[in-house]
Amino acid sequence: MKKTIPLLITFVVGLALILAIFIPPEPFHTMNREFSVYFDIIAVFAFILGGGNLIRVHGNKISRKKKDYKYSFVTLLGFFVTLFVGLLKIGGPPGIQGEVMASGSWFLFIFNAILTPLTATMFALLAFYVASASFRAFRAKTTEATILLLAGFIILLGRTFFGYYITSWLPDSLSFLEIPNLANWIMAWPNTAGQRAIVIGISLGVAATSLRIILGIERSYLGSGE
Amino acid sequence: MPLLERLQTLDRRIIFLFIGLSVLVPLLFPITFPEHPSPIVTAIYDGIESLPERSIVLMPFDYDPSTAPELDPMATSLMRHCMTRNLRVCTMALWPEGQGMANNIMSIVVEREFPDKVYGEDYVNLGYKAGAQGLINTLLLSMRSMYTTDAAGTPVDEIPLMKNIHTLRDFAFIMNLSAGRPGTKEWIQFAGDPGDIPIASGSTAVQAPLMYPYYPSQMVGMMGGLKGAAEYEALLVKGYPQFKNSSAVATGLMAPQAFAHLVIMVFIIIGNIIFFVERRQKDR
Repeated sequence: MKKTIPLLITFVVGLALILAIFIPPEPFHTMNREFSVYFDIIAVFAFILGGGNLIRVHGNKISRKKKDYKYSFVTLLGFFVTLFVGLLKIGGPPGIQGEVMASGSWFLFIFNAILTPLTATMFALLAFYVASASFRAFRAKTTEATILLLAGFIILLGRTFFGYYITSWLPDSLSFLEIPNLANWIMAWPNTAGQRAIVIGISLGVAATSLRIILGIERSYLGSGE
Repeated sequence: MPLLERLQTLDRRIIFLFIGLSVLVPLLFPITFPEHPSPIVTAIYDGIESLPERSIVLMPFDYDPSTAPELDPMATSLMRHCMTRNLRVCTMALWPEGQGMANNIMSIVVEREFPDKVYGEDYVNLGYKAGAQGLINTLLLSMRSMYTTDAAGTPVDEIPLMKNIHTLRDFAFIMNLSAGRPGTKEWIQFAGDPGDIPIASGSTAVQAPLMYPYYPSQMVGMMGGLKGAAEYEALLVKGYPQFKNSSAVATGLMAPQAFAHLVIMVFIIIGNIIFFVERRQKDR
């Protein structure tokens, strides 16, 4: 019984969603629209779940004084201050429909003065680590690695004006060998072929797994049952 | 200590220093080079040029401040292009931070450069809603199921621009600015394809290779990374020379990117020289 009801709900909802998508006439059209709205409403509750989980994980870390627990204070402080400022719309228009990010609101200040520089800094640091990692790991050890290395060089050069100037002297008949054109070719053909193969493979896998879940063959999402 | 040994144990801070300088020096002493637009970027420009006046373009801002250096120049150029062509623009976001990004672009571009444009008539910001691809699916069937107000709380029914917008199919063009998921892929799968709506993408350089399979049959065109943004700026300046001075952010940032690429390549070459010399020594 503990598993039968969830399996039944999964089967009925899964089947209804498939019918709603693939059969355009009524009542399936309305079903599709209503199900989509339900999905969006449920998605909103994921934020509550996420926030609760954040408090639980970091609260646990602080109470047990685990390694680097002081950073958890900063995380929770940031979370609660932002939540408080956003919910009360401090500095902005009041009311439930007032814009959270209105000009002069504290939430907008947090967004512009704290979130923007912090995330930009974190992302910018990647460039330094990419350079260091490339120096140590990007080696032409095998034929495949050498091809990858050459393709990488062509793309790196092709995305800059260096690539254009290095090969701009080539005659028109050999313009396909110009580095930007080679870079475009790599992106448009080998890359597209590889990406399409991956996407088709993933899609078939998703369809197969979904069917297994709807038909009750795949039950791991229900837990171990202990 | 021999040179090879020194290079083998090269302190990563030296690499960091070179990368920092390669970015900093071209920023302090700006140099620009002409851009040569690729067909995939030109397709977006032509797509927007082909729209009749007063058409409504949907511009979802699906990115956050971390990718703003790549995507903000795209958004800026696109907004300028749309406003100059007298198109109407509706923005929204699948990312929570996207609403702020759209607000910034509207205040920097529309409010300052096009003061005659009226909010609600020529442009509107619907803001953020949760749901990702589920939201797109809902919007394809009914806009008002999810968006009853704009970001400022004004009822959608009171916004003139939204008068004839009932589903995503009522938009003439979707120009998505995307830094990941949910983003362009979801817009193509849940709106562009089933709704037969022309869709183009401004993607980060990291995401761009993943979007190529959709071009050209399912996606009109794509700007990939800073290079794509610079190419679009070049097209805009060529078509509308009044933007020659203002529309050069991405073009100006191409030099730091180019030098950083060069430094990375030099270090990869040095790394490979060390590798081959070591291998030869071992073989002996």
